[in-house]
Amino acid sequence: MSCCVAPPDPTAAEEIGRRVALRLTAFLRLLRQHGFTVGQREGADALRLAATPLGRRPSLLQGALKALLCTRLADWRRFDELFQAHWLGRGMKVALRVAGAGGKPRTLRELAAESAAPAERSSLAELGAGGEDRRDDEGAPGTREGASQRESLERSDFRKLADAEAQAEARALAERLARRMRSRLTRRHRSARRGRRLDLRRTIRRNVAHGGLPIELVRRRPRQRPLRLVVLLDASGSMQAYTAVFLRFVQGLLDSFREAEAFLFHTRLMHVSDALKDRDAGRALERLSLMVQGIGGGTRIGESLEDFNRHHARRVLHGRSCVLILSDGYDAGPPERLDRAMAALRRRCRRIVWLNPMMGWQGYEPSARGMQAALPYVDLFAPAHSLESLAALEPYLARL
Amino acid sequence: MTREEIAQGLAATGYIADRGLALALHLMELLGRPLLIEGEAGVGKTEVAKALAALLGAKLIRLQCYEGLDQSTALYEWNYQRQLLAIRVREGRGEAAEQIESEIFSEDFLLERPLLAAIRQSAPPVLLIDEVDRADEEFEAFLLELLSDFQVSVPELGTVTASSRPWVVLTSNTTRELSDALRRRCLYHYLDFPDVEREARIILARIPGIAATLALQIARMVEQVRRQELRKVPGVAETLDWAAALVGLGVGDLRADPDATLDTLICLLKTQEDRSRLTREVAERLLGKVA
Repeated sequence: MSCCVAPPDPTAAEEIGRRVALRLTAFLRLLRQHGFTVGQREGADALRLAATPLGRRPSLLQGALKALLCTRLADWRRFDELFQAHWLGRGMKVALRVAGAGGKPRTLRELAAESAAPAERSSLAELGAGGEDRRDDEGAPGTREGASQRESLERSDFRKLADAEAQAEARALAERLARRMRSRLTRRHRSARRGRRLDLRRTIRRNVAHGGLPIELVRRRPRQRPLRLVVLLDASGSMQAYTAVFLRFVQGLLDSFREAEAFLFHTRLMHVSDALKDRDAGRALERLSLMVQGIGGGTRIGESLEDFNRHHARRVLHGRSCVLILSDGYDAGPPERLDRAMAALRRRCRRIVWLNPMMGWQGYEPSARGMQAALPYVDLFAPAHSLESLAALEPYLARL
Repeated sequence: MTREEIAQGLAATGYIADRGLALALHLMELLGRPLLIEGEAGVGKTEVAKALAALLGAKLIRLQCYEGLDQSTALYEWNYQRQLLAIRVREGRGEAAEQIESEIFSEDFLLERPLLAAIRQSAPPVLLIDEVDRADEEFEAFLLELLSDFQVSVPELGTVTASSRPWVVLTSNTTRELSDALRRRCLYHYLDFPDVEREARIILARIPGIAATLALQIARMVEQVRRQELRKVPGVAETLDWAAALVGLGVGDLRADPDATLDTLICLLKTQEDRSRLTREVAERLLGKVA
């Protein structure tokens, strides 16, 4: 191992140590900017590691810091690229690309400006505009690929569709729905109060006063699990007119539900919960804007659902999950594929609700082939073209 | 222990570690942090703790998490039956209620559960907190407290401080997202399915009397099967089952006996859907690729 290497003379070692410490601090900052959770103690431990023999071989230091500083799979997957970029100057492009996905350093002034106008910031109308100008004035990592993004956003043209009032209302509605469902669960909780099992611990404690004779019994009931909501939102071209409002609705759901996950699909499927849950609303949209590249393209519902079943369902679905699909059912792929995917999805969750904005149109029949294929597996098929139609869902969702 | 010693030691216990894991275990000792291992079901997360315990010659204390796990099953519980009896007996002798109370809440009536047991060992044990993602968030918060101070307070007894710091290994299947605080506190290692070479070495280490060529063939075949779109991807345990089955049937070469090979594939495919997806033709094609 590298500990056999003769140590350099003390002053030189000190100088090296100081430089490494500086580089390391910068590296920790880079990681934080990429959304790693690195605290004070981790920083201190990282410095300690760099001072051990491990610090003398880059490959070892890389492995050691990886174990220490990563906290989840997403970190794990991109740590090596970041390390290489920072310490060895390799793959700079990669570092830049990843930089766009996480948060960015902000000046205090910017933060203040944001908090002063939170309402505008968080409106989806800003999705295009807000993302753009921040990129321009910052010149920070991520600048380089602004062009392609702007293009895609322009094509999808969120701004024209965004009606700030409707969005705010969609969000409020989502919150109301969530509250209704939560109170419902609490009531159930209480009615189960009588419990099946005796809580011996509390029973003994309470009856010490009676000389240990168990007069007052304390019982225990199984904890109620909150319903988990998984939203799959179609963001394809045919849905364009609704995407903005729906996104707002979904954001509200994510905020108010204890357990909720959101996915966005058009030709691909993306997990957007983290981006939408970001407490900094401006940053949430910024992250989302990176993800929605390609919005306004065709739809592959079947393929996206397959992707969901294969990669995400195991993690996000359980027996008490409700899958909410917001889509018009216009699928560019073969209907057999959608049929298979829906069947697989059906087996994994408790309820499937399909909200179709087209249904609100007069004389609409669900004749799209994709819709036909999916219908047999759907528990509730309802219109969602207006806020009233969303509100009409309330009693149904509350009953889940 | 150095990284190399750990890797060799693990290999000697029959666990073939990937490069990063030995380093992570080394860091556990160096920094005194718990290790969080994530990965698909069946990649051998639990085995890591077992192998570590074998390597250190330490006692393995395992806490299996599940929904609704609470302090009384994880930390300690009073032995109520004994307490009730003791109360009766002492009452018969006419002892005062206060004295009875102080007596029945003493060590003798305490039932140690895994977490308390782990911090009361004289020699540092390996504490495996398995599938921590299945436990509730409240429990996670409690765990966090325990992992930072290694002390717990039992109201009736006072504070118990760890006499030796356990090696803590947590595993998670990511059915629920763990809190940032817990993640930050831990070292992290993501276990992937082993590559062909490592899987072959695992088979060789675990199945006595298997030929190296067969082990390699099996590892390659399993790799191919994993690439199919299956509902339940076979894990390392399934691979070992399959290898054992083949050895038991006296198959020395996958190609020489395709019938036995295909029939025993049920060791890898655990659902009807997967079985119907991996038809005979598909399996034969895969077999052609690997053997």
